[in-house]
Amino acid sequence: MIKGFLIIFTLLFLGDSISNLFSIPIPGNVIGMILMTVALKYKIVKLEDIKPVSDVLVNNLAFFFIPPGVGVMVYYNLIKNEFIPIVAAWFLSTLLVFTVVGKLQDKLSRKNGNN
Amino acid sequence: MGIISDPIFSIAITFFVYFLAQKIYRRYNFMLFNPILLSIVAIIVLLKTVGIDFQTYNKGGRFISFFLGPSVIALGVPLYVRFEEIRKKGGLSIIVSIAIGSVVGILSAALTAKLLGASKSVVASIAPKSVTTPIAMGITEKIGGIPSLTAAIVVATGILGAVIGPAFLRFIGVKSKVAFGLAMGSASHGIGTARAFQEGELEGAVSSLAIGLNGIATAIITPLLFYLIYKL
Repeated sequence: MIKGFLIIFTLLFLGDSISNLFSIPIPGNVIGMILMTVALKYKIVKLEDIKPVSDVLVNNLAFFFIPPGVGVMVYYNLIKNEFIPIVAAWFLSTLLVFTVVGKLQDKLSRKNGNN
Repeated sequence: MGIISDPIFSIAITFFVYFLAQKIYRRYNFMLFNPILLSIVAIIVLLKTVGIDFQTYNKGGRFISFFLGPSVIALGVPLYVRFEEIRKKGGLSIIVSIAIGSVVGILSAALTAKLLGASKSVVASIAPKSVTTPIAMGITEKIGGIPSLTAAIVVATGILGAVIGPAFLRFIGVKSKVAFGLAMGSASHGIGTARAFQEGELEGAVSSLAIGLNGIATAIITPLLFYLIYKL
C-alpha cells in the first residue's frame, strides 16, 4: 500500500514538474499516467507493487468527481446568461463526438481484422 | 451552522449520498440514475436547502477531489495491462479517430454556440469542452475564454457522456470495445472513463488513452480552429 502510493505520488510529482518546467499545456497527471505505462513496460515499476493501490483509485474514480460536479452550482449565473447556445452546443457536440469517434473507430477496428 | 461548516460534514455527506446513489443505481439500473449525476444533484439540493455555499462545502470536498490527480496516474496501470491488446485491435487508426474526433468536437461546439448567438468569450469557453479540466482551462485562457465557465461545462460534458454515452453508442451500433472506450474518453474525459471501466477493463483502458491523446490534439488544434472561425 505504502509502496504503491509512493510510486503514484512520485510519478505525479514528476509529471507536474515536467508540465511546469517546459510549460506544456498538458497537465502533470496526464503526463504521469503516460509515465506510469512506460515505467511498467520497462519494468521500472512492478505491477504487483502498484496494483492494490491503482485498483482502489481506478474503481472509485467517479466518486472523486463529485465535488467539482457540485461546483457547477456556482457557475449557474455564468451559464444562465447564454443558456440556450451553451446547452445546445454542449448536447449536440457531445453526441456528435460519440457518433464520429465511435462509428469511425468501429469501422477501422473491423478493417484491422478484429474487434 | 458550526457543525455543518465542518469539512468533515461535507466529506461524510458526500460518502453517504454516493453510497445511497450506488444502491439506487444498482437496484434500478436506469441510466438517469447514474450515481455521479444523482449524487451531484442531491448534494446541490441539500446545500441550497440548508443554505451552505459551495466554498464551505468544498472545504471538505477538496479532500475528495484531491484524489483525482493520483487516480489519473493510476489509469496508466490498466493502460499498460491492456496495451498490447489495444495496439493489436486499434493501432494507428486510434490516432486518426482521435484527431478527427477532436476537430469535430471543437468545431461543432464552437459553431453551434456561435450560430445561436453566444458571445466570443463564451464560444472560446465551450470549444475545448471534451477534454480534461486542466487542459481545457489552459486552452480557454489562451483563446480568451472564461476558465471557470469552461470548468463547469467540462464537468457537465463528462456527466452527460457518462449518463447517455453507453446507451447512445449501442443505439448507433458501435460494436467494438476499442471504439466504445475511445468514444467515451474522447467525448467525456475522466467522468466518461470512470463509466467506461464499468463496461470492462479494456474499454476503460482505451478511454484513459483517449483522455491523453484527445487532450494533446485539442490543445494543439483549438487555437487554430478558433482563429479560423473568427477570421472566416
